[in-house]
Amino acid sequence: MLHSLFPNADWSELWQAVLQTLYMTVISIAATVILGIILGLLLFVTAKGNMFENKIVYKCVSAVVNIFRSIPFIILIILLIPLTTILVGTMLGSTAALPALIVGSAPFYARLVEIGLREIDKGVIEAAQAMGASKWQIIWKVLLPESLPALSSGITVTAIALVGFTAMAGVIGAGGLGTLAYNEGYERGNSDVTILSTICILIIVFILQFIGDFITKKLDKR
Amino acid sequence: MIQLKSIKKSYPSKNGAVEALSGIDLSIRQGEIFGIIGYSGAGKSTLIRLINRLEQPTSGRLIVDGKEISSLSKKELREARKDIGMIFQHFNLLWSRTVKGNISFPLEVAGVKKAERKKRVQELIKLVGLEGRENAYPSQLSGGQKQRVGIARALANNPKVLLCDEATSALDPKTTNSILDLLLNINKKLGLTIVMITHEMHVVKKICHKVAVLDTGKIVEEGNVLDVFQNPKMAITKEFVKQITHQEEADEAVDLMKQTHPSGTIIKLLFKGDSAKRPIINELFQRQRVEINILEGNISQTQNGAFGTLTLLIDGNIREIKSAIDYIEQQGVGVEVIQDAAQLIS
Ligand SMILES: Nc1ncnc2c1ncn2[C@@H]1O[C@H](COP(=O)(O)OP(=O)(O)OP(=O)(O)O)[C@@H](O)[C@H]1O
Ligand SMILES: [Mg+2]
Repeated sequence: MLHSLFPNADWSELWQAVLQTLYMTVISIAATVILGIILGLLLFVTAKGNMFENKIVYKCVSAVVNIFRSIPFIILIILLIPLTTILVGTMLGSTAALPALIVGSAPFYARLVEIGLREIDKGVIEAAQAMGASKWQIIWKVLLPESLPALSSGITVTAIALVGFTAMAGVIGAGGLGTLAYNEGYERGNSDVTILSTICILIIVFILQFIGDFITKKLDKR
Repeated sequence: MIQLKSIKKSYPSKNGAVEALSGIDLSIRQGEIFGIIGYSGAGKSTLIRLINRLEQPTSGRLIVDGKEISSLSKKELREARKDIGMIFQHFNLLWSRTVKGNISFPLEVAGVKKAERKKRVQELIKLVGLEGRENAYPSQLSGGQKQRVGIARALANNPKVLLCDEATSALDPKTTNSILDLLLNINKKLGLTIVMITHEMHVVKKICHKVAVLDTGKIVEEGNVLDVFQNPKMAITKEFVKQITHQEEADEAVDLMKQTHPSGTIIKLLFKGDSAKRPIINELFQRQRVEINILEGNISQTQNGAFGTLTLLIDGNIREIKSAIDYIEQQGVGVEVIQDAAQLIS
């Protein structure tokens, strides 16, 4: 029955594309989480009135984050081609898409982290200070655990955006479902392949959303 | 234990500095429960936050347990803070941690070993009466229970001083009393010095030994709770004392009696210290042939003894009334004649 619905689909090729999309998404999420939390923390602790208040650092990080967040992703890929070629050795394939994916999503996640940290009650941080906690103890024992639900829901939103980015990267040869939809589907006029790729992407997004919501809810003890 | 010497604190603002504290001198002794009362904006929070240097004084000296707090390095300050517990109006618990986890926090910060931590947390849970709630999250607790967690957390590292910033202001009267009883109990059991910030005279009356009245950044009156209650000097102190003696309602009741009994004699008995414990009225009934009507009465217990007033309408012949008054005065109770229909004085 599937064959009659999608006559031009090559199932092993489709599976290959799904795996490539997942590969790009998972690796870039992992890197984005680490980078985003570092940048987000940096923004938070250097902001006015906070532990490491530092106007220059805050302004610089903030500017970098804003710039990279504003560049349309498709242009960012092109801008990063030289960097990618140095890092990966080629500008084609799933691995070559990673630098652009990470640079595109980390600043976005960093802002979400910063917002999450700002939601923490100042009184709680002050209580920790009053108990003699050091700055690092406050970061590890107060800031990160207390903002965990926000960090988790932020990851969900970022991951879903990343799936979209991988599809865009696919159009210029990153592989995955984007490439499949564009090369096999659009260019060859096989609209059934395009639809099939879309369905796969939607399934991935729904699963990410479901897992993300579930974890966020488990973490939220408020 | 705690000494503040000409402490000043001002906050910078657009149109000049705002002076929150303008020259505070205060001395708090070991084992004392010291109340600081004042209206909103008086500078109470600023004052208490100076004691553990959450706020830096603009000038002046601050000594806690022999240490000059304002000259400590960052590291020394963190160590010193472990000897100064603090509880807050809004509890400030970590909602991501259970009761156990919250109480364990200061121990982790102090680098206490895991096994020892566990033991200490159990002790503290018992001390504040939270057995059975160890694994609850703060969102599953009532306000009173949250404050108990706050107290346990503040006591974890065996501090010498406990700072309480409006610790009962978010609680209902019954819960307030149970928390105050707990603090009193801890003060007696551990000999802990407690600084209580509040705007409620009831709190001062119930547990404080000494009180200072803070008005727009200055201490305007200070002393033993009983003395201040009986003899408030400043207008602001009188207002606070009225909170618990309900003086206005009492005056209204007496005024009404003056109108309805213009020919009666009305006297006000002033109790203080031990005299409040004696069954004077009972003895009056038995010994004197006078008729007595109680118009109003209010006896307050403080940590330095009781004080209060009792207003009576007395009927009888003038000799009997005079002898009744003599008797009362012999018992060490002050007498003030409010309405002198029998012309006792002339
Ligand atoms: N961080 C700050 N920056 C500027 N001004 C401040 C700051 N904190 C307090 N003030 C000012 O200092 C004064 C005293 O404030 P404080 O919070 O100590 O009052 P309070 O007696 O605790 O009042 P409340 O009962 O409302 O808590 C107020 O006039 C307040 O506006
Ligand atoms: Mg205050």
